[in-house]
Amino acid sequence: MTIATFMFYFFEVMAALSALALIFVRNVFYGALLLLICLLSLAGIYVLAFAEFVAVTQILIYAGGILVVIIFGIMLTTKISGKPLVVKHGNWLAGIFAGISMAALLMTFFSQESFSVSPIPPVSKYGAIEQIGIQLMTGFALPFEVAGVLLLITLAGAAVIASTIKSKKI
Amino acid sequence: MAPIDHFLYLSAFLFSAGIVVVIVKRNAIMVLLGIELMLNAANLNLVAFNILQPGLFTGHMFALFVIVVAVCEAAVGLAIVLRVYQHYQTSIPDEIQDLKE
Repeated sequence: MTIATFMFYFFEVMAALSALALIFVRNVFYGALLLLICLLSLAGIYVLAFAEFVAVTQILIYAGGILVVIIFGIMLTTKISGKPLVVKHGNWLAGIFAGISMAALLMTFFSQESFSVSPIPPVSKYGAIEQIGIQLMTGFALPFEVAGVLLLITLAGAAVIASTIKSKKI
Repeated sequence: MAPIDHFLYLSAFLFSAGIVVVIVKRNAIMVLLGIELMLNAANLNLVAFNILQPGLFTGHMFALFVIVVAVCEAAVGLAIVLRVYQHYQTSIPDEIQDLKE
């Protein structure tokens, strides 16, 4: 067993275990930390799947950005009493049924299909990250611009929604 | 290199766990965490299928755009949760039943 295979299984087990624990945990803050473990293990899996740029983006944006925003949200929606925010559970039957049926559906499909590597790998003289940069500026220029506009709209929209200044009644 | 099947089974498991979290938890922020988990499962599938096409980076590009959209969704979702919490003093989705006071 090579070290890469061992690391692959390690990250896989970490991601699966933290996702499983996220179902049962009751404290919201612990839930956010478990999601952080899951996201970091997925970044490790991306590195082992030759997707270095996606892995770095995952760590920077998910683990560094979204998790911080979520933890801010947890702290802002907790009543200041010192006790942690504890979640009630409900709908166990429906949840378990939906989860198991979805997992069974996907796993049956994956076990029946056999995916194979495309026969002629095209050779490129650039590295992976250079290739992604070139693609962003050529083939994916329109989605790139649209993503920028979407981020701008989100920035303005989130600021407007979350601001506490009373607006005039329309 | 490990076969691609492991990626697919892991992503199926993560997606199902995300669905269970979304349905079972009675807190808006936990529901958002479940949605993030499901988006990550889809991302893992995109990256895994990109292994089958060496030299092409379409899957990576798609995963990057999914991450961008996930950022927008998390920001706007948390802003809405904050606003609803200020108005109703609760973040339990079942107890929020009115559109207007």
